[in-house]
Amino acid sequence: MEALVASAIGILTAVGIYLTLRLRTFPVILGLTFLSYAVNLFLFASGRLAVNSAPILGRSETYSDPLPQALVLTAIVISFGMTAVMMMMAIGGHLQAGHDRIDLDARDETAGRGEGPEAGA
Amino acid sequence: MTPAFIVALPFLGAILPALAIRFGRNACALATGAVSLLALILLIQAAPAVLRGEVVQARIDWLPALGLNATFFLDGLGLLFAGLILGIGLLIILYARFYLAKSDPMGQFFTYLLLFQGAMLGIVLSDNILLLLVFWELTSLSSFLLIGYWKHLPEGRQGARMALAVTGGGGLAMIAGMLILGNIAGSYDLTVILTQKEAIQASDWYLPALILILLGAFTKSAQFPFHFWLPHAMAAPTPVSAYLHSATMVKAGIFLMARMWPVLAGTPEWFWIVSTAGLVTMVMAAKIAFFKDDLKALLAFSTVSHLGLITMLLGFGTKAAATVAVFHIINHATFKAALFMTAGIVDHEAHTRDLRRLGGLRTLMPVTFGIALLASLSMAGIPPLNGFLSKELMLEEAAHTVWLTPWAMGLLATIGAGFSVAYSFRFLAHGFLGPVRDDYPHRPHDPGPGLWAAPALLAALVVAIGLAPMLTAAWLVDVAAGAVTGAPVAVKISHWHGLYAPALWMSLAAVGGGLALLGAYPRLRALWDGVPRPEAKPMFDAVVAGLARLARGGAEGLHDGGFGRAVVLAVLAIAAAGLWAFLGGTHAAGTRVGLPTDAVVVAVWAVMLVAALAVPILHRNRVVALILTGVTGLLIAPLFMLFSAPDLALTQLSVEVVTILLMLLALHFLPKETPVESPAWRRLRDAGVAVIAGLGVGGLAWAMLTREAAFAPISAFHLAQSKPGAGGTNAVNTIIVDFRGYDTFGEIIVLGIAALVIFALAEALLRSPAVTSRLAAWPRARESGDRHPMMLVVATRLLLPMAMMVGVYIYLRGHNLPGGGFVAGLVFAIAYLMQYMASGYDWTHARQRFDHHVLIGWGVLVSILAGVGAWAFGLPFLTSGFEYVNLWPLEEFELATAAIFDLGVFLCVLGAVLLALASLSRLALRTGEQINRRAYDTEETP
Repeated sequence: MEALVASAIGILTAVGIYLTLRLRTFPVILGLTFLSYAVNLFLFASGRLAVNSAPILGRSETYSDPLPQALVLTAIVISFGMTAVMMMMAIGGHLQAGHDRIDLDARDETAGRGEGPEAGA
Repeated sequence: MTPAFIVALPFLGAILPALAIRFGRNACALATGAVSLLALILLIQAAPAVLRGEVVQARIDWLPALGLNATFFLDGLGLLFAGLILGIGLLIILYARFYLAKSDPMGQFFTYLLLFQGAMLGIVLSDNILLLLVFWELTSLSSFLLIGYWKHLPEGRQGARMALAVTGGGGLAMIAGMLILGNIAGSYDLTVILTQKEAIQASDWYLPALILILLGAFTKSAQFPFHFWLPHAMAAPTPVSAYLHSATMVKAGIFLMARMWPVLAGTPEWFWIVSTAGLVTMVMAAKIAFFKDDLKALLAFSTVSHLGLITMLLGFGTKAAATVAVFHIINHATFKAALFMTAGIVDHEAHTRDLRRLGGLRTLMPVTFGIALLASLSMAGIPPLNGFLSKELMLEEAAHTVWLTPWAMGLLATIGAGFSVAYSFRFLAHGFLGPVRDDYPHRPHDPGPGLWAAPALLAALVVAIGLAPMLTAAWLVDVAAGAVTGAPVAVKISHWHGLYAPALWMSLAAVGGGLALLGAYPRLRALWDGVPRPEAKPMFDAVVAGLARLARGGAEGLHDGGFGRAVVLAVLAIAAAGLWAFLGGTHAAGTRVGLPTDAVVVAVWAVMLVAALAVPILHRNRVVALILTGVTGLLIAPLFMLFSAPDLALTQLSVEVVTILLMLLALHFLPKETPVESPAWRRLRDAGVAVIAGLGVGGLAWAMLTREAAFAPISAFHLAQSKPGAGGTNAVNTIIVDFRGYDTFGEIIVLGIAALVIFALAEALLRSPAVTSRLAAWPRARESGDRHPMMLVVATRLLLPMAMMVGVYIYLRGHNLPGGGFVAGLVFAIAYLMQYMASGYDWTHARQRFDHHVLIGWGVLVSILAGVGAWAFGLPFLTSGFEYVNLWPLEEFELATAAIFDLGVFLCVLGAVLLALASLSRLALRTGEQINRRAYDTEETP
């Protein structure tokens, strides 16, 4: 079972890295989502795997490690906030620049100066 | 605690001038002066004890385990310097009030000045060397602000930058030196270090520590070869030059050498490095000063020269020489500050400081001339003024010091003194004597007493110390020199040492030589101008430009602004470091017994990975990619479930739903396709990098999972204490709301801030005309017939109360069973979102009686209240309490304050999720989305 989880973590990481290396905002954000999956699973796995031993007192003989679970729980919620902020930034970039490329070339930089939010306000 | 208060006062008072400037410039100066005066009164109150030989101490423990304590002490040396800093500070405040123009922001100036004063006091009163270093860097920073005060002058900015680079760089070296010293002595307290002379001087690390500390001292006190920054710092307003660059900051290096004198001095290394640097600086700077036309530049090089003199005396390593050094510190502070202020007055009145354009001011500005006369004669070392007394003593010490040959030191010191006489007389002769001219840029006359009172007082001190040194200064020299040398000192200062004292003849030679130099000035000047000499500024600029090129080359090579390159390099570097560590160590295969493979897990695993691996292949169609991502994320939930983490499964499930909804909404404003842009080789490279990262992380996970933890997990405590300590049986929830409540508190605040950022971004976008026009022309998506299908509308409305019931249930049971505020907040949010989706934003929003911002605010507030409530019982923030209640006919149940905290979490999560999605929806309204007024679509709606 350990091999399954380890390989899943590795594959999720690889997919995440490949997507973050794309040139548009949307796949990069998807890539970061995959990286979040991988990191959360990894952190969870640091408590080692166990079946039928949820850390609810009195419900089983042994208990899995509750501390990584508590940490990952908040991490999952925070990663939603992070994804949402980046999505909003991606939308803002797209609406202002007219494209969703992540790396600006020289042409965009000069054009961006003219029609940034400051210039428009 | 007096020393600590003295240091704290200027920092606390720094806000006053910034506020008082609203009530006028006098109020501003008075407020600043009151702060300094109060500190001075505290100092004077403590002075009698110090003069009796006591050391006044103050101690505030901060991190005792690391040796980081805020400890202060006031001894003779500290008293001398603190007195100089505060006394001259007061005079400077008076002078600056009348010196600064109406257009100069005075509040800012005095705030900077007080910050500097506090930092300086911190240096001279700190007992802990780490604390001293902090104050040391603070003086560099605050002097940067003061030098560059006239921001419109390029010289001011460049001078400030050069001063910061040189003194800040020296400060960095000193940090290393001080750490070594603290390591040798086994303590970071100066009072302990100062008793460890033998251990420190016997250590192999003595020389490195010495050199590093001296680098800090030499750069700060402008000793050769770091002398060049001080003249460039003269672009500062004159009060700054008088305060920082003659009386206080440049003496910080001297102070440090004096402070460390008991443990560092007395070795051949100390003697050679310190006395040579001092001697070279003294002679060379005196020579340069003679040829300077700018009054302030002349005084700046003269200051460098006198600092060299003091450094040289400290370098001799004898008690007598150190005593003379202390005496000269007092004398130099009095006459040089007076001279700088005089130069400022001349500049202020004649609108020039150029000696070539001045002369004849004696009759035009008699008061200023009187002050300048006394101070510059003292600087030249003419009896009976105080400069004469310390210079005689210095020459006497130099005459008896063997440096290379028995006579070289005496000769060079006399030459330095001769140049000193020459530039002092030139300052007088070319500035004040001679005929009155008719081509001054501005006809000068004496200013009001506001400007000349401060230098006049200093000139009076020059005379008083000169005439009656034993009465006015000897007692201070005694305690200060006693603190430097660590032995009682009873100094005898007199004007006449007898015909057989070499100092008398050296002094006479210096005065004669100086006058001869001044007489030959025109010819010497022609020679000086004719011979090329190295200029420090171009060299410094070249070095800085070279370093900047190097840094830019390195930085741009690694990070060209492109996101991809940064990620690739980071992944490869981390993988290489991991591989290097792996190959370098020895390791055996993991021995932890794994779990038997379960068919359900294999099935989930297989589907999840197929979905995940399909994303890179199919990602150009963004909707498909999003769905596949959602499938992957949702399938992680059963994995959590199977591996005994029901709380995580619930959270993952609900967060995933919300995330996918958010991304679907966002995709409305983004292209639906990702075009093929990168060439095949690049995609292949990216795949390679991704595989490396995957192998690394996967391998790490495998290694971790097949081994036991190196240390017993600390969660045994949480499991054991969950019920008795926090009153809950769900250990995960008790950790979140109780054991690590502070973490959770921080996290909900972060979540709230993230939602507010999203709201603010949307707001900013909607204010930009470019964006709104782009939104108005947004291509309409192909619409399905039903925008708000009746079946969906009815179903979601029926579901809303049920979903809320489930949410409440999850919230209530969270302490004992899987659930809690996080999941409940998400469940509520999903129930609301379904209303948005089914009935439209406007319809839903109109029926919602609360604001999302308010929800976040209440969430944070409720959790704060839950934390503060503990104070009422005398317990620390966020301590929880619980009680079991029997209420007929219910079963026994539990009331816990942690539930209130969890309510805050719930509200914050609900508000944040709704605000994030609502902000996106507001953008959609601008795309011409039609607003439905009715509950759901009817025939009339187009």
